[in-house]
Amino acid sequence: MASMALDPTMEQAIETAALKSDRFRLEREADWIRLEEIVTKMEKGKARRLSDEDVLALPTLYRTLLSSLSIARENSLDAGLIDYLEGLALRSYFLVYGTQTSFGRWLKGFFGGGWSQAIRDIKLDIWIALFVMIAGTLIGYVLVAGDSDWYYALVPGNFADTRVPGATEAALRETLFSTKEHDGLGVFAAYLFSNNAQVAILAFALGFAFAVPSILLLIHNMALLGAMLWVFAQRGLTVEFVGWLSIHGTTELFAILLAGAAGIHVGRSIAFPGSKSHLTAASDAGKRAALVMAGVVIMLICAGLLEGFARQLINDTGLRYLVGGAMLTFWLVYFFVFGRNRTGANP
Amino acid sequence: MSSTATDPWIRRSANPKLDRIMVSPEGVPLNVTVATAGARAGALTLDILIILGLILGVSLLGLLVLWGFESAFGDGIALEDSGPLSVVAVLWIIAVFLFRNAYFLYFELGDRAATWGKRAVGIRVAARDGGRLTAEAVIARNIIRDIELFLPLMFLTSGEADGTMTDFTAWAGFLWVLMFLLFPLFNKDRLRCGDLIAGTWVIQNVKRNLDGVVAPSAELSADPVTGKTASRYEFSDTDLSVYGEFELQTLESVLRTGTDEALATVTTSICNKIGWEPGSGDERIFLEAYYTALRAKLERGMRFGKRRKDKFSKDI
Repeated sequence: MASMALDPTMEQAIETAALKSDRFRLEREADWIRLEEIVTKMEKGKARRLSDEDVLALPTLYRTLLSSLSIARENSLDAGLIDYLEGLALRSYFLVYGTQTSFGRWLKGFFGGGWSQAIRDIKLDIWIALFVMIAGTLIGYVLVAGDSDWYYALVPGNFADTRVPGATEAALRETLFSTKEHDGLGVFAAYLFSNNAQVAILAFALGFAFAVPSILLLIHNMALLGAMLWVFAQRGLTVEFVGWLSIHGTTELFAILLAGAAGIHVGRSIAFPGSKSHLTAASDAGKRAALVMAGVVIMLICAGLLEGFARQLINDTGLRYLVGGAMLTFWLVYFFVFGRNRTGANP
Repeated sequence: MSSTATDPWIRRSANPKLDRIMVSPEGVPLNVTVATAGARAGALTLDILIILGLILGVSLLGLLVLWGFESAFGDGIALEDSGPLSVVAVLWIIAVFLFRNAYFLYFELGDRAATWGKRAVGIRVAARDGGRLTAEAVIARNIIRDIELFLPLMFLTSGEADGTMTDFTAWAGFLWVLMFLLFPLFNKDRLRCGDLIAGTWVIQNVKRNLDGVVAPSAELSADPVTGKTASRYEFSDTDLSVYGEFELQTLESVLRTGTDEALATVTTSICNKIGWEPGSGDERIFLEAYYTALRAKLERGMRFGKRRKDKFSKDI
């Protein structure tokens, strides 16, 4: 106990304390004050300036404090003292059990398997989202094929400048292989990323409402794609259009697929929590989906760069397929093969 | 009713409905107080102002750089498509994206688990189950913030600017924002949707200093063997049986912070209660002696598992 370190005047104070509970307090307060100093320093972000002994002493001092608090609650009526102990216990609790992963370490765990693991955990939802997206594309295609007026309802104005039903092959080819507008590509890429990231975040966040809005959003976005596909297919440009799309689309659509799947995962867990409570199920699913979403943002950065630079710079359909296919293979291998044998290793 | 871990009859916060118990991994119940909706709103407003300020700062910096290029290399060069304008624009878009999304992440992942706004009003994020606050939880609660706040705000402002907004969509957007903003008011833990998904809550920080021993003068004259004050004031058991813990703690706060006037008032009312003649000029000594004697009695009872809430409950 700390009493060995006490100076004579302190010992005298303890001797003469009228109340047992005051004696209890005077015997231990040196430890509490030391803990408070350590905690205050750490809270101010000066943890590095702590001496090694202080860092090593923190868990012990914390546990001593908790036991002091338990005793004080049962033995002392000094409200000020108990308030102080309660507050200090909570503050040191948050440091001892705080977010101990530094950002760098978390990132390492994330890329070294945490991300892939999270994606494998929501496999079922990925299948659902994939099904929904394919269905959406088909719906868009079939609708526009039946009545080309649907095109204007599905595709927002800024896309539909020249890419409209009835456009000539030359005009459409121009949009796919334009060599103009190389300038300002960086701005375009950054804008696209920011924009796509918002769509993906929306697809995830809307899953909150039992996944229905996520599914609707996926269908709507893919119907747009299906409608465009029809326009190009009419002029025999299907292969070129898919090439144009695939260079960044394999990454971008994959990212949107994952975002939608994450949304569906959360919505599904809230609607059907199984044996857990609704709140626990929601927070478990939310944390898993958040990992996927952090990855989605990274994928969208890649997609934005590919879309802004590579798509406009590579003008050969074969090469476009090559780049798009390579990206897709990379993601699939990384997500579903990489880190498989690590069983449930926590990042 | 689930009582608090410590004295069940002490009000810990202004609104006892917000008091909760969180059990630490060691099994010790810790008292926490959920942050009020007002504090949350205040913190959010501050954070938004800070983010706007940061965006404004970056915009000004960008303009300054462009202006620098103008004056260094002559007219018009900065505004060309492939010139510095595009570089500045890329940086600007990325910076704005980061401010909007990474600001909350960065600060809530830190040791204090609070943004500047939250620090200013004294609240922090914590895991609801008493475990560690994980990075995933922080990411999840902040991604949801996007649909709660930023998307509808952008939707409303951009719609207004374009003039394409119909009354119906404007009202729908407004209702959407309102639904999420008021969500915390409709559950007892003041959770917003993001907290719900992430398994977190926002609680009040506590920072209290260790005050001195309440009644030091009584101790100097105390007899260490019997634990009774051997001073001028001797209280009989009947003198001490008029009050309970509530009164004891009121007396404690008077002794800690009270003015001389308050001390005199309290002395008079205690003396009236126990039938003594109130003296004058010696209030603090008297009150400290009475406090020590009363606390010794009540704590002795406590050790035998008997507690007395206040003067209306049964004497121990």
